[in-house]
Amino acid sequence: MSGGRALNESGRIWTVVGIVLTITSIFIGRLVHLQLIDNDLKVRASDLTENRTIIKPSRGMILDRHGEVLVASEAVYDLVVLPRGLADLDTAACAVWAGISREAMDASLKKARRFSRYKYTAVRRRIAPEEHARMAASLYAYPGFELWRKPLRSHRHAVATHLIGEYAEASRDDLDRDAFYRLGDFKGKTGLESIYEEALRGEKGRRSVVVDARNRVRQVGVAASKDRPAVDGLDLTTTLDLDLQQHAELLLAGKTGSVVAIEPSTGEVLAIVSAPFFDPNLMLGATRGKAYDSLLRDPQKPLFNRAVRATYRPGSIFKLVQGAIAMDEGVIHAGTRLPCNRDLIGCHGPHTLDDLSSAVVHSCNPYFYQVMERWINHRNTGSHFATAADGLDRWRAQVMAFGFGTKLGNRLRGTAAGNIPAAAYYDKIYGKRHWDFRTIYSIAIGEGELLTTPLQMANLAAILANRGWYREPHYVKDLGGIGPPAGVGTRTETGIEAAQFKPILDGMQNVVEEQGGTGWRARIPGIQICGKTGTVQNDPLEDHSVFIAFAPRKNPQIALSVYVESAGSGGDWAAPIAALLIEQYLTGQVDSAKQAGYLGAIPPAPAPTQAPAP
Amino acid sequence: MSAHRQNINRNIDWALLSMFALLALLGWLNLVAASTGPDSEISWTLGTMYGRQLIWLGLSTAVGLLILRIEGEFFLRTTWINYALTLALLAAVLVVGRKVGGARSWFGFGGFGIQPSEFAKFGTAVALSWWLARQQGLHDMKSMVGALMIIGLPAGLILLQPDAGTVLVFVGFVFALYREGMNGFVLVAGFSALVMVVFTVITGATTVQYPWLGPWSGILRFWLIASVVFTAGVLVGRNLVRPRNRPRITRNLILSAIAALAFSAVLHTTMATVLRSHQRERIHVLFGIEVDNPDADYNIRNARIAIGSGGFSGRGWCEGPMTGFGFVPEHETDFIYCKWSEEWGFLGSSLLVLLFAAIVIRIFFIAERQRSNFTRVYAYSFGGILFMHMLINIGMVLGLAPVIGIPLPMMSYGGSSVLAFSIMLAVLLRLDAERFSVLR
Repeated sequence: MSGGRALNESGRIWTVVGIVLTITSIFIGRLVHLQLIDNDLKVRASDLTENRTIIKPSRGMILDRHGEVLVASEAVYDLVVLPRGLADLDTAACAVWAGISREAMDASLKKARRFSRYKYTAVRRRIAPEEHARMAASLYAYPGFELWRKPLRSHRHAVATHLIGEYAEASRDDLDRDAFYRLGDFKGKTGLESIYEEALRGEKGRRSVVVDARNRVRQVGVAASKDRPAVDGLDLTTTLDLDLQQHAELLLAGKTGSVVAIEPSTGEVLAIVSAPFFDPNLMLGATRGKAYDSLLRDPQKPLFNRAVRATYRPGSIFKLVQGAIAMDEGVIHAGTRLPCNRDLIGCHGPHTLDDLSSAVVHSCNPYFYQVMERWINHRNTGSHFATAADGLDRWRAQVMAFGFGTKLGNRLRGTAAGNIPAAAYYDKIYGKRHWDFRTIYSIAIGEGELLTTPLQMANLAAILANRGWYREPHYVKDLGGIGPPAGVGTRTETGIEAAQFKPILDGMQNVVEEQGGTGWRARIPGIQICGKTGTVQNDPLEDHSVFIAFAPRKNPQIALSVYVESAGSGGDWAAPIAALLIEQYLTGQVDSAKQAGYLGAIPPAPAPTQAPAP
Repeated sequence: MSAHRQNINRNIDWALLSMFALLALLGWLNLVAASTGPDSEISWTLGTMYGRQLIWLGLSTAVGLLILRIEGEFFLRTTWINYALTLALLAAVLVVGRKVGGARSWFGFGGFGIQPSEFAKFGTAVALSWWLARQQGLHDMKSMVGALMIIGLPAGLILLQPDAGTVLVFVGFVFALYREGMNGFVLVAGFSALVMVVFTVITGATTVQYPWLGPWSGILRFWLIASVVFTAGVLVGRNLVRPRNRPRITRNLILSAIAALAFSAVLHTTMATVLRSHQRERIHVLFGIEVDNPDADYNIRNARIAIGSGGFSGRGWCEGPMTGFGFVPEHETDFIYCKWSEEWGFLGSSLLVLLFAAIVIRIFFIAERQRSNFTRVYAYSFGGILFMHMLINIGMVLGLAPVIGIPLPMMSYGGSSVLAFSIMLAVLLRLDAERFSVLR
């Protein structure tokens, strides 16, 4: 009998079959996991086999109002390596080709391999276009290497640095916030570059090809549905006038201060300068880190845009506002004469009983003290405390209609609002019913708690030029050829009739034209300029020199404010600078001999020869 | 005998034959895809990889048909010629063989090559069948020693090549031995050893190292924990065992604990000293232990990605970019299953696993219906070998077993393997077809 014993073991087939079925189930379970559940593997497969090339759009240019290019896009290149694409590399030749040392090449390759076989690592950054041309010609000899284009900004005239802003590498935060950016991408960080980033940057394109393990392209158009071309960024036309801007920077070079020039009829900012300024080209490319550090440490704060962010007390210039709103309120009229009572408040110069127009010319402090006292107190509501509080709030509303205490549309980030105090403000300082006009009288002449910005002061000049209204100052004339961005240049009325401005404008014209007027240095033969000087106290240093003006008086083309810090009275520096700018803008030229005296740094002040006029 | 010969065709197990033919067909179609990237056209010439494979398939069919004409008695009588030839070829290849990839395992004839180790499986299978049929099972020392020698001799020669994968396949004979009466404890012990390998490797490589203990610190800590658990288990388990059985069970437990400790120690030392660094890396990769070399798991990682990217229904025939564009090395030989999985997805992958399982199980059932001990042992040997191929190869590409290079039967490119499996199949079909007439 064969296999008698063995036959007894026939039940063992079930153990064997059990083992086979167990293993089979384990395999199928594993397949379920790999093929049905684990989605990550599919993503990794397409990461490996699809080489997605991002086509970078070219960034929109920034132009001046006449189409002159202020900022253009230029390219530099990064040499990158993909370790898995490398083949039979002659490291020595490659290092020569790449323009780096053999050791640097070895170190880069080692670093790249350690980082990832499948990801690109930079070998050399910021290669200039000329060198790129040389390298591109023999790129084919070095498989695994690629030259990546990096858009860079070129500031053709190196002007309006603060307005245009910085274009720099996107930070980790930017990457997290916006999926558009990839590591190493650039974006507008400040100024117009940042505000109009989305329009300027355009849309990235994408092209997918299927590659093999050596990164050679094997299939094109497989994922064509996902492909799309890049859309270039929109060109941005600013409201700036390049000639005027350059001229303003020329005149402010070496000084501290600002210039804001506005076209009164449109609210377009023709020039905006904050000094000290710096060459924006320093902030691009390899020099950025060093330049940024030194700018940050500079005690003059060159990174700070004084034109819209700095706040100063308005000083005498504020008397223009006081006069206009007082007439509108009916507390004075053009012919109202008030005594120059220097017991109330100090004054300068020989005058005794000015009307409004002369009070502007003489910048008579007691006159405007009395004007504001009338304003605040003329509506009696019982106690003089309550009357003052009520009057101040109505006064404040009227002043704010001139754009003071507001951000004027806030078209540049960080634009300051300044301060026009309300009754509540003084309640906080002195306590409710603990103050009246005599407590706060210094705001009557633009001192005290008032704070305004150079932009607001230029806007005031525009309001005076327009006789009672303004368009919100803005910086963009056109975006992508379809006009300005929505909502800019909104017209605002001060609510004061045009006719009421006549005595004020007469006064302003006389500030410049009258013998002994504080703004005599702004006189230009053949152009009727209306101006007003201001002298902002800056203890213990020299006062800030301020001047606002518009011209010509009939059909005004330009309104501006000029601030020169620590430079003495408004007539000394700010007025002549303003005049040179007006002349430049209206006639296209200036008397260079006259201009020469105002270039460069301000010389140390000579001993005062006469009492400074505010 | 002539009367029965007429019944050969009718008695052939058509189910097994057709499943095997289906496997061969799928395997060949898959090879067409493997040598045709998604970006190229199929060229129907014999100069291609699938062209050569087709020649091998044709040759295998011819040899198979010839074998079906030969009486089973022939293989019984030529057992020792066969076995001697196997050993002679295995010895010869060590001397005159062509060295490929570090192993001397090929005879080269111009463009074609022959791997004697593939045919050694057949030679060993018939010799083992002859011996166990003669001994009427495995129930004494003599039969056991004989069986182990028959398996061990060719396995030893193959280990000298060295070709660890094929040696591992010889473990498949354990199914035949088990069926013929080997103590079932061997299977349990084998399984326990496997578990211990896993624990030893993982704890040896990952546990905190105590500097004064050197490389032993991890393993010692593992054993400290294990012995606490073991002691607690004994104390609790005692109460579940009848008192008269306690001495025996306690003795067995202590012996197994000592054996396990010794095994683990030997294994750990082997890992640390004998294995070369790339082999250690492969094992570490399998267990998910971080290795210093980022490319150590390149193959297996990309294999897994290729399989995963197949999804439910796959990329389609000839359309798999992972395998088609060179991301999976050896995707036409050892990693052929990746090709199949990427292009046919979960549906195809599980179908292939089930097809293999069905073939193996069918062979075991065929074995059980034999009156001939020789045929039964042969069938178990064949089934066991096939199963080991599937276990190691698919387990490897699925990341469940370390990277060991052996072909997937009828799927991987390679003539020797196809011819060897076809011969083994044909012999089984012939022997089985004679089941009603032959009593050995």
